[in-house]
Amino acid sequence: MELLREAGIAYRLRWKRRRLLYRALRKRHQLTAVADRTGEIARDAILAAATVRNEIVRLPHFLTHHRQLGVDHFLIVDNGSDDGTREYLAAQPDVSLWSTSHSYKLSRFGMDWLTWLQIRHAHGHWCLTLDADETFIYPHHDTRSLRALTGWLEANDRQSFGALMLDMYPKGPLKAQTYRPGDDPFRQLCWFDGGNYVMQKKPDLQNLWVQGGVRARYFFADRPRQAPTMGKTPLVKWNRRFAYVSSTHSLLPRRLNRVYCEKGGEMLSGVLLHSKFLHVVVEKSAEEKERREHFANSELYETYYDGLIANPDLWCEGSTRFISWRQLEAMGLMSRGGWV
Amino acid sequence: MSVGIIMLVHTAFDRAEQVARHWAAAGCPLVIHADKSVPAKTYNAFVSALSDLPDVRFCKRHRCEWGTWGLVAATQSAGQLMLHEFEDVRHVYLASGSCLPLRPVQELIDYLAERPQTDFIESATTADVPWTMGGLDHERFTLRFPFSWRKHRYLFDKYVYLQRRLGFRRRIPNGLVPHMGSQWWCLTRQTLSAILSDPDRHVYDAYFRRVWIPDESYFQTLARQYSLQIESRSLTLSKFDYQGKPHIFYDDHLQLLRRSDCFVARKIWPFANRLYDAFMSDNAGAMKRTEPNPGKIDRIFSKAVERRTRGRPGLYMQSRFPVEGRENGLTCAQYSVFEGFGDLFENFEQWLARITGTRVHGHLFAPERAEFSDGQTVMNGALSDSAALRDYNKRAFLASLIWNTRGERQCFQMGPRDHIEDIEWEIAKDPNAQISVISGSWAVPLFKSNRNFADIRQEAARLQQVESKHLDVLRSPWAKARIRIWTMAEFIEAPMEPLQTIIDEIGQQNLRGLAEVPKMADLSGFGQFLQNLKNQGMHPYLMGDFPVEHGLHEPQHATPKPYLVK
Repeated sequence: MELLREAGIAYRLRWKRRRLLYRALRKRHQLTAVADRTGEIARDAILAAATVRNEIVRLPHFLTHHRQLGVDHFLIVDNGSDDGTREYLAAQPDVSLWSTSHSYKLSRFGMDWLTWLQIRHAHGHWCLTLDADETFIYPHHDTRSLRALTGWLEANDRQSFGALMLDMYPKGPLKAQTYRPGDDPFRQLCWFDGGNYVMQKKPDLQNLWVQGGVRARYFFADRPRQAPTMGKTPLVKWNRRFAYVSSTHSLLPRRLNRVYCEKGGEMLSGVLLHSKFLHVVVEKSAEEKERREHFANSELYETYYDGLIANPDLWCEGSTRFISWRQLEAMGLMSRGGWV
Repeated sequence: MSVGIIMLVHTAFDRAEQVARHWAAAGCPLVIHADKSVPAKTYNAFVSALSDLPDVRFCKRHRCEWGTWGLVAATQSAGQLMLHEFEDVRHVYLASGSCLPLRPVQELIDYLAERPQTDFIESATTADVPWTMGGLDHERFTLRFPFSWRKHRYLFDKYVYLQRRLGFRRRIPNGLVPHMGSQWWCLTRQTLSAILSDPDRHVYDAYFRRVWIPDESYFQTLARQYSLQIESRSLTLSKFDYQGKPHIFYDDHLQLLRRSDCFVARKIWPFANRLYDAFMSDNAGAMKRTEPNPGKIDRIFSKAVERRTRGRPGLYMQSRFPVEGRENGLTCAQYSVFEGFGDLFENFEQWLARITGTRVHGHLFAPERAEFSDGQTVMNGALSDSAALRDYNKRAFLASLIWNTRGERQCFQMGPRDHIEDIEWEIAKDPNAQISVISGSWAVPLFKSNRNFADIRQEAARLQQVESKHLDVLRSPWAKARIRIWTMAEFIEAPMEPLQTIIDEIGQQNLRGLAEVPKMADLSGFGQFLQNLKNQGMHPYLMGDFPVEHGLHEPQHATPKPYLVK
């Protein structure tokens, strides 16, 4: 009986994946190539894919950091920016840029567009799917490049790599900070919630549903179910038949979601440092609240936006100051698993 | 006399070339074997790149798949060529393209010259090695393995299972005693030539061809037949993870490798420029003529294996989420749970904190909020006191609290008023928990309260029901915590002894007995209170027997003697 049920779920998810791929196929016409440098992608290149909107403040550091890690080429969709993001990206030698003014929400928060680009360009490559406010780190990232990581993952028969999204915030009101584009944002956003994460296993997709962090503590203390999901699977050895289901929290086929060990051991995992709470978040929240493009049930999140617009101080006595990946590893937010 | 190097190469040819030149520069003749699956173009380029070196030969190519005979065949071909082509080679060192000499090659040559008869080959009987994969140790030598473990795992497993069921066993030829060990060895000409020109070699080859992972056992077994002196260790530093895959060395291992004093290490990441730069230059070793000492590396790597297979107990995180039964410890440290103490004693929390020096919380699972010590609203790790957040996943809440405060023992209060459903089982099953219960003392606050008696009666009935269920949990055979339960009547008879036991178990410095005891609530009239409850039709029994007369006939004892020592 259990077997039958499992087979039923597997079959349903198979069709779900096909639907997602078909969606991406239909949405391909919404993209216009601005700078197509995909011809330069080498066979073993490591790619990064992102959808951005008005991210001129964060992009310089985003690109620099991930270039340093060893991303060879960026596939970026610009969703109607008007702050120079588009021009900036088009001028980068290792960025291929597409633009669209269609709805972010109707494109499953940009995933349909990226899925199409990944079908076209990421097949057979290790691909990092990120947001512009996410900075990917992993154990030893300061001495070992992404290529070392992906090589190790492949040698260990892994096709995907999990990361915890870690909301970073400043001490003091959000707007009180000053940040110059290109700087390391985590010099100011150097605090995080170190030990209030909860997780449960999703029965169908078998991914871990991780919640917690400062947003759960500060904005969702009275309705924790609605708190944002913090577990992601950003790094995948891509196949054109793969598809992300909701943001990069889970993907299909579901074996890719098994980035955790259930037998008591620890698997190698990383962290996405989240630079959402830069000073620009206050204005952006006002705009996002109007646009209603960011959550499936936007009404549920009105108080969240109101909270952000109020320019809060997210710091508390129990906050931890960020030092290095070794610290995150020792705290158990990520693990080096067997990778010494 | 010199040392000949056999080099098995299948990838990263630029690095292989670099290392080959390094060996050659020190005067070591080389025989190189390149995997047959390497494309002709790459292979030819590699051969021509090394064509300027006089003492380099390329041997017949075999297809080398992990765990198969090909690797042994390759080594045999290369060994034969080496012995034939280079007459003055006395030791033959088996290395791979991703091996890196850590000390000047001359030191290795000298080291071997001082030990002309010694074979360095790790070789242990199957009974003595812990690192066999998949539970196959002796069976490697008695079963057949026609299917690839990497590519056809299912068939591999099924076929092993079938052979076990049928009781199939291969015969080991000529009474060989199977030995296993690292595939990277260094043999003398005598031993190697004896193995390769053995009249029975075809028998051995035919046998080992069907053994699983023969490259770890062929030479290791046969060397035992001929060697004059075996030193059972490998001169090549090579570490393996829990799946038997070699660990890879990166740039940040530079200091570690330097301190190992080993001659050769594998496997080196081909892009580890710093490592290659450091060790390929001539003055790398700083001329320390010491015995290899990989102890520190051993410790680091065995820790890593432990981390990967057992993880950190009590940690639940994105890449460690053990299913029930595999947690290897529900929490990471010991903690104490007190039930009823806070009701019976007026200043219990402060007293406990003072006496034990531990962190003492109030009712962590109270309905209103998690009562952290000192009225804090957030704890270490930004753990919030919000009841909603806590109740969303109580188990994670408790595990996080104990994890976040590693190094400081936690104590907290619990009682039937709290939200203990879902969590009581977790705590009862946790061997790290020390649970002490004074049953029935929830009645004391009711007794003291200024509420209508009907409400009190109702509340008492509810609490008694909750606590009685809770005690069933604590008394269940699955409970693994250290649990002590007293009825209230029992406890107040002689409160010092149980308190002392609990405190001793927490294990703080207090060896000379308790200097101070908490102040017990005034219980005069409590017996009458219980009787009143009984008169109302409720049956309070968890607190044990309290005589009614005490309250009735001794009103003059309004202030009974508090339980104080000394």
